Amino acid sequence: MHGMNSTLLISQADPRPMYLQLMEQICQRIAVGDWPAGHELPSIRALAADVRVSVITVKRAYLELERQSVIVTRQGRGSFVAEGADVGLKLRDQELSDHLRAVASLSLLLGVSLEELGERLGQLRDELTREKT
Amino acid sequence: MSAPVFELVGVDKSYPFFKLEGVRLQLAPGQIMGFIGANGAGKSTTIRILMGLLPQDRGEVRLLGHSMPEGQALAKRDVAFVSEEMRLYPVVSLEWHMQFVASVVPYWDAAYAQVLLKRFNLHPQQKTKELSHGQRMKAMLLLALARRPRLLVLDEPMTGLDPVARHEILTELMSIVTDEERSILFSSHNTQDVEQISDVITFIDRGRIIESSDKEVFLERWRRLQLEVPACKPLPPFAGVVDVASSGRMAVVTTKAYTPELPAFYTQAGAVVREVQHMTLEEIFVAEVMGSREDTP
Repeated sequence: MHGMNSTLLISQADPRPMYLQLMEQICQRIAVGDWPAGHELPSIRALAADVRVSVITVKRAYLELERQSVIVTRQGRGSFVAEGADVGLKLRDQELSDHLRAVASLSLLLGVSLEELGERLGQLRDELTREKT
Repeated sequence: MSAPVFELVGVDKSYPFFKLEGVRLQLAPGQIMGFIGANGAGKSTTIRILMGLLPQDRGEVRLLGHSMPEGQALAKRDVAFVSEEMRLYPVVSLEWHMQFVASVVPYWDAAYAQVLLKRFNLHPQQKTKELSHGQRMKAMLLLALARRPRLLVLDEPMTGLDPVARHEILTELMSIVTDEERSILFSSHNTQDVEQISDVITFIDRGRIIESSDKEVFLERWRRLQLEVPACKPLPPFAGVVDVASSGRMAVVTTKAYTPELPAFYTQAGAVVREVQHMTLEEIFVAEVMGSREDTP
């Protein structure tokens, strides 16, 4: 169907800016191996039409990904997944650091000890592994 | 940088109870501009002046390089205009309209018109008086799109449309700008219609343009910070902060010029920054309008 051939998707219910949503989904495609190193990304205008977001939003997402060395843009030839970028991991690691910072600040605020933090984290991990099996 | 698709400089227009003042606006090729304002803010007046349908009292208007309103015959060869107020001839069919438009415009893409009939689920034989509001808007859009204009001007195209029709129209609009030379100006009193697909956002209120910039810049600059403030310690001022709402020890700070220095600044001042939030275009619009009305009572 017209306009439906992309698996990238913007959610209006997601409070994050649209360019971040796009970046994350592109990284997912790369992380799961759908888009290997050297894979050509859709042109900015084609992707914009496909997911129905403004050209400027896609441009922003591509620029950020370039800055993080996830993709490379060759003038007049298009954008490609960068060589040797285990980008998924790199970005996930950044995300983990951000969350840990938030945990650190909240635990200080509430006076939760490091031991208790570890215990609660352990419980959560146990729950997750149980759900998966 | 290529020449703007249209340009308004210092445009004034006075009515007994309404005044358009110092309107300055321009759009680069390949871009979509969302033109947002409350009902009666001056969107339609601005658009009608741009289209040469209304002469300005003062100021310069250029449309595809032609001075308006004098150059409108030439300019309009490459501009299509759809307004919610337009009517089709009620007793004839959509097909009749398609043939009529094809016979009077310099270019008509008949194959694309057929594609649009299918995509919009319209029946060419149907008399236009039998069309629902949504079908009528899609029919008018078809008549405009099949001309493959360099500039498409839409005045409130989404008003009163159901979600499916809106989705169909947005999809079609986005497919137009895969061509870097084609541009769209579209107005709405609803920010949601415009937020997703616009490159440039323009706010108008009470006949004055209160802001016009790149959407990403807009969304990046405006932020809301949730702070926990130590008792009896007022927050020091910071450039760009437009509103501080305090309740007990919590404060919500709204800024139109966010930089990473702002949370650091408040932390230094003894506050705890709980959260830094992005704002929706609607929230930004309301804040801009309220701010501008405070400045000019």
